[in-house]
Amino acid sequence: MRDRPLILGGLIVFLALVTFPVWYNAAAGTSSRPPQLKLPAGQKECVAPVAFMKTSHMQLLIDWREGAVRNNVRTFTAYNGKTYNVSLTNTCLDCHGVQARAGQADFCGRCHDYAGVTPKCWNCHNDRPRN
Amino acid sequence: MFMFEQAVVGSRRYWAWVLCLLAVIGLGFLLYLQQLSYGLGITGMSRDVTWGLYIAQFTFLVGVAASAVMVVLPYYLHDYKAFGRITILGEFLAISAVTMCMLFVFVDMGQPARALNIMLYPTPNSIMFWDFVSLGGYLLLNAVIALVTLSAEHKSVPPPAWIKPVILLSIPWAISIHTVTAFLYSGLPGRSFWLTAILAPRFLASAFAAGPALLILLCMIMRRMKAFDPGPEAVRKLAVIVTYAMILNVFFLLMELFTAFYSQIPEHTEHFRYMFVGLEGHRALVGWEWASVLLAAASLLLLIVPRLRRNEKVLAAACVVTFLSLWIDKGVCLVVCGFIPSPVGAVTEYAPTLPELGITLAIWAIGCLMVTVFYKIALSVREGLAASAVH
Amino acid sequence: MTRKGFLGVTGISAAVLAARKLRSVFAASGPAASPPVRWAMVIDTQKCLKKAGCIDCIAACHKVHNVPEIKDRAHEIKWVWKEPFKQAFPAQETAYTEEAYKGKPFPVLCNHCDNPPCVRVCPTKATWKREDGLVMMDWHRCIGCRYCMAACPYGSRSFNWVDPRPHLRRIDIEFPTRTKGVVEKCTFCAERLARGQAPACVQACKEQKALVFGNLADPDSDVSRLVRSRFTLRRKPGLGTNPEVYYIIG
Ligand code: HEC
Ligand code: HEC
Ligand code: HEC
Repeated sequence: MRDRPLILGGLIVFLALVTFPVWYNAAAGTSSRPPQLKLPAGQKECVAPVAFMKTSHMQLLIDWREGAVRNNVRTFTAYNGKTYNVSLTNTCLDCHGVQARAGQADFCGRCHDYAGVTPKCWNCHNDRPRN
Repeated sequence: MFMFEQAVVGSRRYWAWVLCLLAVIGLGFLLYLQQLSYGLGITGMSRDVTWGLYIAQFTFLVGVAASAVMVVLPYYLHDYKAFGRITILGEFLAISAVTMCMLFVFVDMGQPARALNIMLYPTPNSIMFWDFVSLGGYLLLNAVIALVTLSAEHKSVPPPAWIKPVILLSIPWAISIHTVTAFLYSGLPGRSFWLTAILAPRFLASAFAAGPALLILLCMIMRRMKAFDPGPEAVRKLAVIVTYAMILNVFFLLMELFTAFYSQIPEHTEHFRYMFVGLEGHRALVGWEWASVLLAAASLLLLIVPRLRRNEKVLAAACVVTFLSLWIDKGVCLVVCGFIPSPVGAVTEYAPTLPELGITLAIWAIGCLMVTVFYKIALSVREGLAASAVH
Repeated sequence: MTRKGFLGVTGISAAVLAARKLRSVFAASGPAASPPVRWAMVIDTQKCLKKAGCIDCIAACHKVHNVPEIKDRAHEIKWVWKEPFKQAFPAQETAYTEEAYKGKPFPVLCNHCDNPPCVRVCPTKATWKREDGLVMMDWHRCIGCRYCMAACPYGSRSFNWVDPRPHLRRIDIEFPTRTKGVVEKCTFCAERLARGQAPACVQACKEQKALVFGNLADPDSDVSRLVRSRFTLRRKPGLGTNPEVYYIIG
């Protein structure tokens, strides 16, 4: 068993790599507790049922985007009969961003940090912080 | 993978060369990361000259890729035996060149993360879509052909019968890739420099001169290194192909000049004027284009006189000047001059920046590396056969 | 309700609503249910030239669309700008036009061609022609290949060679900025037309009324009357692109 040191060494490197995210998070002090979201005060409802929004807001946004940019559909009638202007900044963030002090970072961003996604929308779409 | 073990054994000289190439590639990769974070503003391109060295290299290399047909066609269609030993080299050269083409298009993209959109939203009215289809198909065809024929050789059996139609298909396909690449340019209403029916024939002529010239040089290098000898007959025949193609290429260019300058339509003469004498005091490419012209003249002289062409040393020089002349003409001037002057008459000059040159060099290094490795594999297979025949 | 079902219902209702809104916008132009629309612009250059040095249209457009002001000419971005006569109308100048129009540039912008070469060449349909004639940009789809810029005979397209945001003095948060690596150009203010507003440049030119915008498919619109009653030029008419921006010169 002359190979033993090699095998053991390999195993250790492998384990270190596999468990890296755990160590990394422990060192960085990030927690696995769900994020605390600041919801818009004085507003009761989102543009769709909240359960739907939690799971499928990205699809809704894609539909809004395709609708507005490609098919010139720029108003949206919600499930509760209200109509909204189709706009990421001017509608979603007008409600969500203004309430949360830091604009999208305090609402969308918190959740995305937690979920580990970084939508590139903000490279172009403007944030709407409270001023 | 099979036969790839041949790529990791080699002499010290082989490894020194490979490491050299890897260093250039690594440096280019770092520069590309910089381009990714800063944007294409890191290059010398501008609002007026929107395509530069990258797309020009792409255009030139599509020609090199297509030129494999010049060894495949005589061998498979006319049963010209002398090319039997070099078809595989032509195919590997094509694979490397197409890969470089794709890399050049990729580094030229403003949003490389969205590259797949070309496949997600296929748009048949766009020539660029067809260019992707034809280049992808050509890469696939050549990869299959090279792999199948080489592994048959490896096992000392004749290649399977089904490969023959694939090889025959690769012949018109090779013509198509360069024709479609010419169509990228020659169908644009506002760019009179490219708006000419002779662009595709000219592309093909220059390709069939530059590609075989490169192949001759590669053969000579391999012979110097005692790795491989394609035989004098094959080289001589390739030289004839280069000669005819180069004559045609120069002839086509002269036809362009006649049409532009005899008709005296300003839109048609301006670009040539910029290229040969400069416009409004801007003359950045004048030296380059004249260098290309002089090299072409030298190339014709050395190639056309049979006594000169048959001398190996002269032929080597002729191939170098041919390749350089065509590289300057197609890999620098042809694309850039189409943008100067701009459609609203602005003369904005273009010169590549250092990062742009570094990235370009790195992609050439990738191509060199691919050629090196592929040729090593092909020749090792042959050597193995020769060795086992002796035993 | 499943997600798909939900989206279906909301999508249909949105489409119905949009159709209704569209009808109300164009109700004035005819009794038909969906009258044909062909947006076009007429530029009365005499009126425009009267106010020397005016850049109201450019400023308005670039402000509402967050078009950055980049000093380096190579990386410049412009949706509306001015060109001397010779550049705007090459091959239509005489030996004397330069003198006649010295220092008097003409506003130029995307021509929203009827037969746009940029649309023909785009490999992803990121730029396409809408039924009402607008040549649109989808900034979400553009891969930044710049083929459209090579195809446009009017130099109407700009590329974001660098991140535009640091070059914006102030950002109008209503309209998205762009990011490095995408092409952009005038869209005839698609987002304002959808709200029933005139394009920003037209609105900014209220005083001079040099820019007139409207529906060419409607024979009673201002633009229709102007192109019928006045002699107009279009840029590079010989290329077959059929620009929908008309210039009254004399
Ligand atoms: C390259 C810049 C860019 C990026 C990145 C981008 N957008 Fe956009 N988006 C735009 C522009 C420009 C418009 C056009 C606005 C108009 O016509 O009103 C737009 C329009 C939209 C619209 C409709 C109108 C509006 O004002 O919101 C939606 C919805 C939208 N985008 C969603 C998204 C989403 C979701 C993402 C991220 C996944 C995204 N966009 C990423 C530039 C961008
Ligand atoms: C009129 C104000 C308003 C607008 C506009 C609005 N929202 Fe909401 N949104 C809310 C409220 C209020 C809630 C909390 C609802 C609840 O808890 O029942 C919410 C909840 C959400 C949630 C779920 C958060 C959670 O609790 O996990 C998401 C995701 C969300 N919104 C995204 C969006 C997006 C994306 C848009 C634009 C397409 C948008 N919202 C537009 C008011 C709004
Ligand atoms: C409840 C938590 C939550 C909130 C709040 C939230 N998101 Fe998300 N979002 C997610 C998750 C989780 C994903 C990843 C889903 C996946 O990848 O399948 C996501 C994905 C997205 C994506 C697609 C990104 C990609 O790269 O595919 C977009 C766009 C997006 N969110 C926009 C928004 C916007 C805009 C808001 C604020 C108005 C918002 N989200 C608020 C949880 C949230």
